[in-house]
Amino acid sequence: MNLHGVSAIYRFEMARARRTLMQSVASPVLSTSLYFIVFGTAIGNRMGDIDGIGYGAFIIPGLLMLSLLSESISNASFGIFFPQFSGTIYEVLSAPVSPFEIVLGYVGAAATKSVILGVLILITARLFVDYSIVHPFWTLAFLLLTAVTFSLFGFIIGIWADDFQQLQVIPLMVITPLTFLGGAFYSIEMLPEPWQSLTLFNPMVYLISGFRWAFYGVADVQVGISLLMTLGFLLLCLAAVTWIFRTGYRLKS
Amino acid sequence: MRPIITVEGLNKTYASGHCALRDINLAIKPGEILALLGPNGAGKTTLISIVCGIVNPSSGRVRVDGHDIQRDYRAARACIGLVPQELSTDAFESVLAAVRFSRGLFGRAPNSAFLEKLLRQLSLWEKRDSRIMDLSGGMKRRLLIAKALSHEPRILFLDEPTAGVDVALRQDMWQMVQELRQQGVTIILTTHYIEEAEAMADRIGVINRGELILVEDKSALMEQLGTRQLRLTLQQPLEQLPPNLSGEGLSLSEDGQELVYTFDAQHETGIAQLLRRLDEAGVDFKNLHSKQSSLEEIFVDLVKEAR
Repeated sequence: MNLHGVSAIYRFEMARARRTLMQSVASPVLSTSLYFIVFGTAIGNRMGDIDGIGYGAFIIPGLLMLSLLSESISNASFGIFFPQFSGTIYEVLSAPVSPFEIVLGYVGAAATKSVILGVLILITARLFVDYSIVHPFWTLAFLLLTAVTFSLFGFIIGIWADDFQQLQVIPLMVITPLTFLGGAFYSIEMLPEPWQSLTLFNPMVYLISGFRWAFYGVADVQVGISLLMTLGFLLLCLAAVTWIFRTGYRLKS
Repeated sequence: MRPIITVEGLNKTYASGHCALRDINLAIKPGEILALLGPNGAGKTTLISIVCGIVNPSSGRVRVDGHDIQRDYRAARACIGLVPQELSTDAFESVLAAVRFSRGLFGRAPNSAFLEKLLRQLSLWEKRDSRIMDLSGGMKRRLLIAKALSHEPRILFLDEPTAGVDVALRQDMWQMVQELRQQGVTIILTTHYIEEAEAMADRIGVINRGELILVEDKSALMEQLGTRQLRLTLQQPLEQLPPNLSGEGLSLSEDGQELVYTFDAQHETGIAQLLRRLDEAGVDFKNLHSKQSSLEEIFVDLVKEAR
């Protein structure tokens, strides 16, 4: 295994995050904090508890998931898109690194940044909302699993995208709406039929529900199903990345 | 001596249907400088890209130092450094970070002393902390060379290395290529500057429309395909060639001041016979000089013939 190669890609990507600290860390932490201030501290006090949890605390897993998903996708997609855009991808393609090592470098760095961001958001949330975590191990597990899965998804988007607009389409037009409608701000049991059943087709429901279970021990769907759905998406992304490298899709002509 | 690169029956047809390479067979000797010449779109960059692993071949086999570029790609690629044609660089990284990245990517442990020496050789050490976007075009070209050499490759591909660079940098690069050759590095370069190939290469390969028309030692190529011209400046201008002088290879310049005799350097030149016939015809000359055709003229002829 070319560990120096993996480390070079990983360090290169982490250095990029350090150069863009305001955009990659400060900005998502600030915007998520605004949600905590508005929905947690200001409006949250006037809202009733959901499943016995104060509203401010209830929305933490969903908001954390929202940031985690968008940052994982955007970090990983930009990481691989930019070398293609600038032409520097030639160096990675001509280097003695395997597809697995390339993915490990890019996706590993993107996932690391997302996890750091997630932890920072959790710490910031504590400033505005009182909460405690019931299953710390599972919280960390879901955090890692989601960061890796959606960084892989971002890597695929970065290879697929033709331009900067396409790079933004999936996170902004698909992921964000699905997360908002996936129970980030409410329990899906609060929805009338048929919306409650239809919502089950939204994959974000399973991610947010699983994460909320790890936090507070309550969930809209069984935690096992949440875990299986997340693992299923991870496998789907792995299969897509394997296909990309096997065929050279958009990487090699 | 075993070739360091062997290309056998290599073909490449892009998804668009464009056939970029047709049945390329080539063996490159260790330590030699091979110049690949060819017009735009001839397939030079495609050939290099396949050997380096950037483009997938349609069929055929390439081995680098005995390693198949697909089955044993790690060992094959570790031997190769590539300086691409385009100035493809990162923008925000520093020079030193970019070179460190390249060395690591190719599986080499960090070596600050070597990188410092390399950057000094390429006059980049003073710029080591500069962002790449702040470098001039020439400096970016030097950086691409530094990146390609950062993992101490045994084979260096230079794809149009001096395109758009000033004379000083071009001479520096020629110097660097000679130094690398002395260290035993095999160099394959593509160029439009035929004088570059003429000055540097041991062998010349000519590619046209995806076919490798020939690969030949430069001196042998010039000997075999080069024609010589003998130009005789006349005492008195002629209006036309005297009848006993008209024959193959002899012509009169437009102003009638010169007789131009073109002959094949490899065979019987016919110069002695020509001079006798001039004497018989009473044509006196005051000066004569001969000239060998340049590589550029040979190249143009070869490409024309292939059309």
